[in-house]
Amino acid sequence: MYGWCGKIAKINLSDQTWSVETADPEILKKFIGGRGLAGYYLRKKITLNWDDPDMPLLIFTGPLVNTRSPTSGRMTIMSRSPLTGTVGDSSVGGSFGTELKKAGFDGIIITGKSHILAGIEILNDSIRITDARHLAGRETGYVNSLLKGKGSRAVIGPAAENGVVFSSVIVDRYFAAGRSGIGRVSASKNIKYITVKGTGKTKIFNAQDLRKAREDVFRLAAASPVLLGEFGISRFGTGALYDLMDARCMMPTDNFRQTKFSHASFMNAHAFKKRYAPKKSGCRGCHILCKKITKNHTSIPEFETMSHFSALLDNSDIHTVVRANRICNEMGMDTISAAATLACFSEISQKRLSPNEIVSLLLDIGEKRGLGAELGMGAAKYAKRRGRSDLAMAVKGQELPAYDPRGAYGMALAYATSTRGGCHLRAYPVSHEILRKPVATDRFTFKGKARIIKIGEDLNAVADSLTACKFIFFAASLEEYAKIYTAVTGIKTSGQDLFKTGERIYYNERIMNSANGFTEKDDDLPDRFFTSPGYKNTSIDIDPIDRKAFLEARSNYYVVRKLDKKGMPVPDTARKLGLVIS
Amino acid sequence: MDQIFRIYEDKFLKSGLADQGTPLLGLLDARLSWNRDDKACAVLERLFEHLNINALVFSQPAEPYRSIVDYLAETSGGIIFPGDCESRTFLHDLPVSFSFSLESIILALKERKSVIIPGQGIITYGTVGLEQAYVTFSSVCFACFVKFFSDYLFDITHGKINNIRQNLFDLLVKRLEPTPCFKTSLMKGPFDSEISVYQAIQEAGTLIVKHRLVDSYFGNISFCYNDTLYISQTGSSLDNLQGFIDPCPLDGSSCTAVTASSELPAHLKIVKNTENNAILHGHPRFSVILSMICDIEKCEYRGQCHIKCPHERFVCDIPIVSGEVGSGPYGLCNTVPEAIEGRPGVIVYGHGVFTAGKTDFNRPFKNLIKIENDCRTEYFNRIRSFHRYGRR
Ligand SMILES: [Zn+2]
Ligand SMILES: [Zn+2]
Repeated sequence: MYGWCGKIAKINLSDQTWSVETADPEILKKFIGGRGLAGYYLRKKITLNWDDPDMPLLIFTGPLVNTRSPTSGRMTIMSRSPLTGTVGDSSVGGSFGTELKKAGFDGIIITGKSHILAGIEILNDSIRITDARHLAGRETGYVNSLLKGKGSRAVIGPAAENGVVFSSVIVDRYFAAGRSGIGRVSASKNIKYITVKGTGKTKIFNAQDLRKAREDVFRLAAASPVLLGEFGISRFGTGALYDLMDARCMMPTDNFRQTKFSHASFMNAHAFKKRYAPKKSGCRGCHILCKKITKNHTSIPEFETMSHFSALLDNSDIHTVVRANRICNEMGMDTISAAATLACFSEISQKRLSPNEIVSLLLDIGEKRGLGAELGMGAAKYAKRRGRSDLAMAVKGQELPAYDPRGAYGMALAYATSTRGGCHLRAYPVSHEILRKPVATDRFTFKGKARIIKIGEDLNAVADSLTACKFIFFAASLEEYAKIYTAVTGIKTSGQDLFKTGERIYYNERIMNSANGFTEKDDDLPDRFFTSPGYKNTSIDIDPIDRKAFLEARSNYYVVRKLDKKGMPVPDTARKLGLVIS
Repeated sequence: MDQIFRIYEDKFLKSGLADQGTPLLGLLDARLSWNRDDKACAVLERLFEHLNINALVFSQPAEPYRSIVDYLAETSGGIIFPGDCESRTFLHDLPVSFSFSLESIILALKERKSVIIPGQGIITYGTVGLEQAYVTFSSVCFACFVKFFSDYLFDITHGKINNIRQNLFDLLVKRLEPTPCFKTSLMKGPFDSEISVYQAIQEAGTLIVKHRLVDSYFGNISFCYNDTLYISQTGSSLDNLQGFIDPCPLDGSSCTAVTASSELPAHLKIVKNTENNAILHGHPRFSVILSMICDIEKCEYRGQCHIKCPHERFVCDIPIVSGEVGSGPYGLCNTVPEAIEGRPGVIVYGHGVFTAGKTDFNRPFKNLIKIENDCRTEYFNRIRSFHRYGRR
């Protein structure tokens, strides 16, 4: 077998056993790997509670990982989300995926529950379950450095152990599987960490074709301003987007009450670069290297984190942003959800948070102290408890990232339809609505957006399954990645064939959500975006979104996605995609 | 929908890419709509079922593209390999389908962004709208034009021109648009306000398109004023730049220009390292064509000239440099800024021309036209001199 290892490790924590499943080549072809393949395995158990011992925690890489394919060093961690109840997954970099492939596995399926806090250590084809009680409550940085000799490390922090539903898994110290509260699932199974180290090679079908396809992608990346340009993410990190969001007047400010932040020009990527002089770093197998890390091992916040810990909280102290980011990573919490939950708290309690309050509240959440215990439930549940559900800026319970939907209507629709709730990465319309790639679209219209969003969702489902970094698709397309896929696996395909696979992967997720009772009323945005305007000046007007136009776009989306009128999957479409609805 | 169709019908016409009434445009959201009825719709409709796309263009290109595209397609054996750099980077190659059948069209479009059906037209698509399909269509036409004329010049010196190609060449030459000429002048610098800078950029953009010095309307323009470089956005129409100019502070204190033209690094280096403040970049055809002729018989880099040709070359006293789009190791930002110092302009191998001036766009604009006209003259001189001295 080329590309894949063809083997999946199944670990049962309840009886401390493990076995190796041989992957069915037909299933690999149908779901590729990463998010797609994890979704295939999740589907069988999706109606269980997220903390049911039988609910699997899935870690999957794809066929391109551990090859010379560009930006391929990623993987997906998936389970049912404790935060939203939907399919819950997060794509993460670092070198875990690569090491897992080297160890000979395409993925790991973890079920059961350990009776003590445990670790999982994988060294090639041997798997050990270890006693990790001495690490209870320890921060991710500490655990990470303790395990350094054991290969790549995926670690949860105190937040997950303390029940925070937006807990992350931190990989190799700097890389967060942040969204969906996936760290909480690991904690419920009593798994503090997983390490993996391997020495194997991934077999390539045609190295020469791979080299050529790789060069095509490199050339496109070099021509891409946002990737490798003067102000692109390779130089400035994802924070390069910060100034743009400010210039487009769509930076969520004050819990989305405003869309322009007056201190933005002092808190941009340039300001971070000047103050912290970070160095380039990145995932294994990537040449873009968008991660920025300082000499003393502090990571510079990603765009979303930068934006939410400044504008969303009306905080103009740059160092607090760095500290908040560090605390979230050490505690093991998603920065987007954490910041948005604080912003929700700030609005409900009608007080602006000082830098010190931001920091101490984050620590309280992670340690489950006082008010922190309540905020650890996430913005939606917290606001509901306070009788102010309208002030939780979340979709399906997942807090929204740093693009105001009033400033980009494709994004508005994408937030609503995302299968994991408030997320920008499922369809990633930032590419054409903001960055003008492959060409620019009008960000203030829903016209044509239903189909565009559906295509974007399919594309990113493929990217997350191959796996490849979504950023590379600012420059390349599936046309080039199909060549890479064929060169690696030997399976003939085309960009359009891969799109079909993406459609299958996405529909499978829709089926899982509908099985858990999600309906069209969950494919919606907080009221605020339909009733309150954003920034206004002589040259721009950020108006409330026209609800009628939004609903029409959503109906169009259901047609395009071949769901029924209420957004529910239909057996006929499922069957055509090679899926079954039971 | 109708409004958007009219916009693109107009674009096709104005850019000379298609004749009135020929482009067939399809857009799909929840429902599929066409700009007009056509018997091809029946087949094309089914493309939307098989391909994850939302926009489609099918059109016979206008002359001279039509004859060129048909000739290249018919003699291609199934795939046309373009020679210019941008087409190689963004389109890779141009598949041909010898019949208008659903299967063979799908087969091509599954892998590439366009398909040529000789005698019938070109099909292109978009995943985010008609703009994308339009841009691809325009790029295919440009790539074919450049390929035809550069291959001709190369092959005639190697005695490989048959009668069919010769007749077509003669016909095309007769049909070529007259050489651009320009008598009046542009806004005079030095400029004393941001507003006049924006106006000057917009004026230059409009004139570049009017004089067909860019393919479709891609190229880029910048002006440096008060330590800020004002530059056209990536993928913007040079004849409609209002609202599509990014200010980029030279001290790098803002990343707003992440949406600026991909040639921003070259523009920045030129204003920082030379005395120039006004920069134009376009893709005038004969400059591109001529630049692709490498005179060195046994060049060890044949086929790779665009990235690493080490030979110092000139056309009509204008240096030709290697370099790819953007900022890679072979990026043209490493070659153009140095070469432009003290010269009227620079031609980037197989790509386009940069010109620059100190206070306004008058000098760079005139030089852009002059370089193109000189290259055109030189192209035909070379052909004539060959005919005069005959095949040996
Ligand atoms: Zn160019
Ligand atoms: Zn050469």
